[in-house]
Amino acid sequence: MKRYLFPLSIVLILVAANQPDAKFVLSDFLTDTSRLGLPALVVPADNPITKEKVLLGEKLFRDERFSSTGKVACVTCHLPEKGFTDSPLKVSEGIDKLTGTRNAPTAINAAYNTSQFWDGRSPDLEDQALHPFVNPVEMGLANHDPILKIVRTDPEYVKQFRKVFGVEPSGITIRHVVKAIATFERVIISANSRFDRWHFKGENTLSDKEILGFDIFLNKGRCVSCHVVEHTTALFTDGKFHNVGTGINRVANDDIARLSSEFLKAKYSSTDVDLKVLGDPKASELGRFAVTRNISEVGAFKTPTLRDITLTAPYMHDGSLKTLEEVVDHYNRGGASSDKEKITHHLSGGIRPLDLTDDEKAALVAFMKTLTGRQFEKFQK
Amino acid sequence: MSRDISRRKFLERSAIGAAMAVLPLTLVKVAFGEKEAAGKKTGVEKSAKPDFTFAYISDAHIQQIEGNKFVRNWDQGLKRAVAEANLLVPKPDFVMFGGDLGQLGKKAELDHGAEIMSACKYKTRYVMGEHDYYLDMGAYWEKLFGRQYYSFDHKGVHFVVLNSVLTYDKWINKWPSAEERMNQMAGLDNPNGSPFMVGEAQMKWLRQDLAKLDKNTPVIVFSHSPLQKIYKGWNFWTEEAEQIQALLKPFNKVNVIYGHVHQIQYNQIGTISFNAVMATAWPWPYPQSYAQAKSSLPVLTVPMNRADPFFERDATGWQFIDVYSGKVAANYILPDNQNRTVRYNEKTGQPEDMKYQDKRTIAQDHY
Repeated sequence: MKRYLFPLSIVLILVAANQPDAKFVLSDFLTDTSRLGLPALVVPADNPITKEKVLLGEKLFRDERFSSTGKVACVTCHLPEKGFTDSPLKVSEGIDKLTGTRNAPTAINAAYNTSQFWDGRSPDLEDQALHPFVNPVEMGLANHDPILKIVRTDPEYVKQFRKVFGVEPSGITIRHVVKAIATFERVIISANSRFDRWHFKGENTLSDKEILGFDIFLNKGRCVSCHVVEHTTALFTDGKFHNVGTGINRVANDDIARLSSEFLKAKYSSTDVDLKVLGDPKASELGRFAVTRNISEVGAFKTPTLRDITLTAPYMHDGSLKTLEEVVDHYNRGGASSDKEKITHHLSGGIRPLDLTDDEKAALVAFMKTLTGRQFEKFQK
Repeated sequence: MSRDISRRKFLERSAIGAAMAVLPLTLVKVAFGEKEAAGKKTGVEKSAKPDFTFAYISDAHIQQIEGNKFVRNWDQGLKRAVAEANLLVPKPDFVMFGGDLGQLGKKAELDHGAEIMSACKYKTRYVMGEHDYYLDMGAYWEKLFGRQYYSFDHKGVHFVVLNSVLTYDKWINKWPSAEERMNQMAGLDNPNGSPFMVGEAQMKWLRQDLAKLDKNTPVIVFSHSPLQKIYKGWNFWTEEAEQIQALLKPFNKVNVIYGHVHQIQYNQIGTISFNAVMATAWPWPYPQSYAQAKSSLPVLTVPMNRADPFFERDATGWQFIDVYSGKVAANYILPDNQNRTVRYNEKTGQPEDMKYQDKRTIAQDHY
């Protein structure tokens, strides 16, 4: 496969691309030290990163005109100062305050994801960007035509698309639009956290409690088995799908049987799946199964990264856990959000009671708070 | 390679699970025993012998710790298999449980296992395993599940269920207590063990049961141990394997499906196709221990080179089995792993793994 690594020279050129936004400064993300703790970024060969494309992507990302009400943009649910989520919302709000079923996943380091969305129904950033525009509870457009109409007539867009893609207005397609958005998202990188500086550079940046927390993370807590830390880098995700007892615990067996049967009988397109899972809270809980129709993936969702986790509360695919303490308790119980909650029979074999003490739980939470990237530290309370 | 190709590859990858889980369910069904229908793609053929599916769950090894406390891991495996089998579309005609419902044959274990199995929405039948048998020589199991060996007919197929885990009286009577006898037989690689067999009475019954059948009747035999000799030390073995195979040989379409081995095996001997089924409890071979948590795995004397699994269900599973043209396609549902299908290939005349047949490591034949 012909792909190339994101060259450092482009990173350095982009440092000059300062944005007027006081809070979110694009150049902050593009310094040569910013990648400590992350692997080399693989960029698709047919969508190389250029400074102009990043800036066009950001403009598109922030454009509220690409929604049926003219009030919702990508940034509405992916706010930089909230770690590119809509914290503290439980599930995202689209047009007319309509809500979907899932907690906005962060766009931070999404460039490293091997699939997009909580159920991985989209293969890459370019494809992902197509869907929220036309989902009725997100940006509510009937199709992508209104977007093309704007970018083909707005003089600034005309100029930028010509420069970035060498296309005349009539030649601009939705592929150009999503390529630019994906390119902007691809440089939203967060690394070089206190943890990275301690673990990968040997600096004295963690307290004893935080170091104990990392030990719990690796051993007794068993967290690292899915939130992966490698020898020289750490994405804190395995990119795989696991049923951890969130959401699905509350869906009755009869509902699981009825909905899974519907998905097995109908051959839903990816657009159908998008509509179904964001439109019906119970169908949403089918998770990865809705995409693969593999019955051993009922209720499985993608492992999210833990980087910048303090900025993105509430947690889990449905935003059902308010704090990191609640998340730790959920796993400590072996996959239940309360002592009364009945654990699904579809639970992943990796989830089991952990028997953590209160001190160990507190240390684990303290450790997770060290994962805020240097560029996001200013947003951490 | 272009971006579009990588996207297509992604979609193909995503579809693998779907294909595995769904493919056998959406195939154009071939009318049972009527070859000419194979070419028609008009959906289900009307026939007195339609194709059908049944589910197969095996080797749950439900284990009592004390009182109403049972090993969570084994409970989870069985619960998950039942929950998943309940989601099958189209629904299976029945469910077989392939033996070793309990670990040490205790009433509490068999009761607890039967209770988990009761969540199954389908008619369920049971095969005797040695872990169910050697405490009270199958007495409580019989009370719960009925006869130890029997046959039944379903949609033109003759099914035979054997108790293949009997052994020599001399061995049975040598132990000071029933518990000791059970513990000795529960050790898989135990030099004090004794080979499995069906025994004279059952052989006689089997001969009579098969004698009345037309030789074109498809026959499917369920046993706990393999009705072929694989390895005596682990009791992957049945003493009268050759005699049983001789009784089955005259039939044109024969399948033997067995548990006990906790892994996917398949083989062809003459007209007889053999398929092993997965365990819901633990994989064999298995690692010596789980590093990160207390485990209730049986003590292992044969080490093996498998990493400790974080995911307890990895290398365990259950299966649903399509019966078409009198032959079996075993679809293995393997949590935390790629599902697999082993299907009889009419051209080569043997069961073949749909994905890995060409990727096998050729068996070592010199040492």
